[in-house]
Amino acid sequence: MALLQISEPGLSAEPHQRKLAIGIDLGTTHSLVATVRSGVAETLANENGEHLLPSVVRYQQDKTLVGDAAYKSAAKDAENTIVSVKRFLGRSVADIRQQWPNLPYQFVSEEAQSVSIKTIQGDKNPVQISSEILSILRQRAEQSLGDEVTNAVITVPAYFDDAQRQGTKDAASLAGLKVMRLLNEPTAAALAYGLDSGQEGVIAVFDLGGGTFDISILRLNKGIFEVLSTGGDSALGGDDFDHTLADALADQLGFDATQRKRYYRDLLSASKQAKEQLSELDIVNIDLGFAGFGEIQVNKEQLEALIKPLIQKTLRACRRALKDAEIDKQEVIDVVLVGGSTRVPAVRDAVEAFFEQPPLTSIDPDKVVAVGAAIQADVLVGNKPDSDMLLLDVLPLSLGIETMGGLAEKVIHRNTTIPIAKAQEFTTFKDGQTAMMIHVVQGERELVSDCRSLARFDLTGIPPMAAGAAHIRVTFQVDADGLLSVSAMEKSSGVTANIQVKPSYGLQDDEIADMLKASMSHAQSDMQARMLKEQQVEAARVLEALNAALAQDKALLDESQLASLSSAMQQLTEMAERDDIEAIKESIKQVDVASQRFAELRMDQSINLALAGQSVEKL
Amino acid sequence: MLNYFELFAIPTAFDIDLQHLSKNYQELQKLTHPDRFAGQSEQQQRVAIQKNSQVNDGFQVLKSPVRRAEHILALRGIDMANETQTMQDMEFLMQQMHWREALEDSEQANEPQRVIEELLDEVEAAQKHTKAQIAEQLLANTSSADHAVADEIRKLKFMDKMQSEIAEMEERLFS
Repeated sequence: MALLQISEPGLSAEPHQRKLAIGIDLGTTHSLVATVRSGVAETLANENGEHLLPSVVRYQQDKTLVGDAAYKSAAKDAENTIVSVKRFLGRSVADIRQQWPNLPYQFVSEEAQSVSIKTIQGDKNPVQISSEILSILRQRAEQSLGDEVTNAVITVPAYFDDAQRQGTKDAASLAGLKVMRLLNEPTAAALAYGLDSGQEGVIAVFDLGGGTFDISILRLNKGIFEVLSTGGDSALGGDDFDHTLADALADQLGFDATQRKRYYRDLLSASKQAKEQLSELDIVNIDLGFAGFGEIQVNKEQLEALIKPLIQKTLRACRRALKDAEIDKQEVIDVVLVGGSTRVPAVRDAVEAFFEQPPLTSIDPDKVVAVGAAIQADVLVGNKPDSDMLLLDVLPLSLGIETMGGLAEKVIHRNTTIPIAKAQEFTTFKDGQTAMMIHVVQGERELVSDCRSLARFDLTGIPPMAAGAAHIRVTFQVDADGLLSVSAMEKSSGVTANIQVKPSYGLQDDEIADMLKASMSHAQSDMQARMLKEQQVEAARVLEALNAALAQDKALLDESQLASLSSAMQQLTEMAERDDIEAIKESIKQVDVASQRFAELRMDQSINLALAGQSVEKL
Repeated sequence: MLNYFELFAIPTAFDIDLQHLSKNYQELQKLTHPDRFAGQSEQQQRVAIQKNSQVNDGFQVLKSPVRRAEHILALRGIDMANETQTMQDMEFLMQQMHWREALEDSEQANEPQRVIEELLDEVEAAQKHTKAQIAEQLLANTSSADHAVADEIRKLKFMDKMQSEIAEMEERLFS
């Protein structure tokens, strides 16, 4: 038995001082928020007892509706009611037009790489629209938990590329949330199931939502959830079932282009309803009164024939994911179903036939992702210090750079465990060249034009040398959220090249900053006071953590290292008492620089101690 | 340069205990994954991301015989990462051509399944032989032996590529 820990009187932590953290499933058709309360992860309902928030935003002159109220008016005010905005994140207008030619929205510019929709409240981009949904969920959590909530884990389809992930993260900060981690939806689902049963072995997560499809193969082992491979399609989901049926109905009725456009939204709603009913019934009637027609019958076989090619597409992705994971179908001990579209019987049957076993469905497929996100949020916020749980995720799509002739050279391959860093060397082409451009793409194809363009980096400040003499080492770092950052250095001179990032899709850093500023309604002086307080708290935190570390591991530093660290800390202590925000920031940065080596040495020491213990054990 | 064998606390050698490697990998994940430093300073997170990236790359390198051998050579000062050197071994070039032709002809063969299986067996036997060569010559630890190893690694890379091409053909023909 473990000994009870008794702390000094007056120093014990508050008994119920759990930190609040939420998990959010920001879905294409609907979104949810969940949290862990009294050890149980559960989704939170609104005042009407509803857990699912339709991912629909309606802009009106003087207010913004989100959820059910907005959804109900989708047909009435289609131009100002944005449905399934998740599909637009990190995409260009051209991409969107190509995939969904019948959308009722007015785009500000058809050519622009970043999407902006004209609404009665002004131009709105997908990041802003998504943040409206996140804000409502945050408010719901705050009402439910009775306190301010900022820490969140937000789920994304495993197949989301860099631009889509970045867009999600930006939307969260705009909604006042601190993203502790972007978590892949299938991993979240595995987490929700895995902790319940504590099982070990290989599992497959089949996630077919409204707009996206993911398949992930994971190995569960002693609390470690290791993603072996992931695949899917970020533009394939239940919505496509609806579109397919709606298109077939329009054909059957002989609609011309104008009729199609005019009745599309109604047709789509009717198709969605019919699809849902056909999960229970063999035949249903669709009322086409809105277009001046009577009722039309659709049966299960018709629907299944229409969606068969889409289901086949998901199975092909499953086959590839198994191959990438080097796993035989027979090794899979469980198949988890996620996403509302897995309620369609044809989908369930296809999955069961493919994996040769009935899939798990004990957790509501609509809620399972949010529940998993809440579990991860609870661990990351520090409520479970003894937890062994660890998620090892992978990069879903290869990262590459453009080389001569428009070819993409892969720098980091898909299904590589993240975080990961890779360095690549480049040289100059002309004498005296001081700048170069690097084009980063994501995807598996050989031609750059077949991959997604992520960003262009301008490297400037390369010291002038003869052609081929400069060796520029560019490091691509992917963090645990699957987001890329790039740094560059000229090797012989040690000069750090400056990098300016131009994201191909989505928003620039300063655009986000502007949106954040615009969203803050505080008066200037309020803002100042708040920022000062924040910096002072940060300074205290940095100092406290360092003092604790020094008390333990001072011996790792030599005298001069210790002296320069102490003086930087002294400087920060003094600055934190004054009210110069910039000076505090600068001092924190100085301490950061002075303590970097110390932090690395401590990490190495912890590794050496742990692994040395193991080797002794082995001998 | 960073010695991944040292990071994983295993002896620097071509023959390694894969179970021991996996065990230490899991231990290193628990010690360095950024999620273990959530809520700590930005610096802690940064250091964790750096170290954890090394752990992830190191595991990939040490797990794969080709990359493990390359890493040992790199530690001995022979860098194959950015090389442009081409294969000189005439015998192996002939072998390559023979395999390629066999693979291309398999589509039209009477019994494509048998042809492909035989080809796979042949390549696998060659891989095994080459790995044994590498293991032996790395032990010698002389400059000439190391350069011979570099040649064997180039062959092994080709064989690995050949193997996946055969697998692709198999998938195309039989599924």
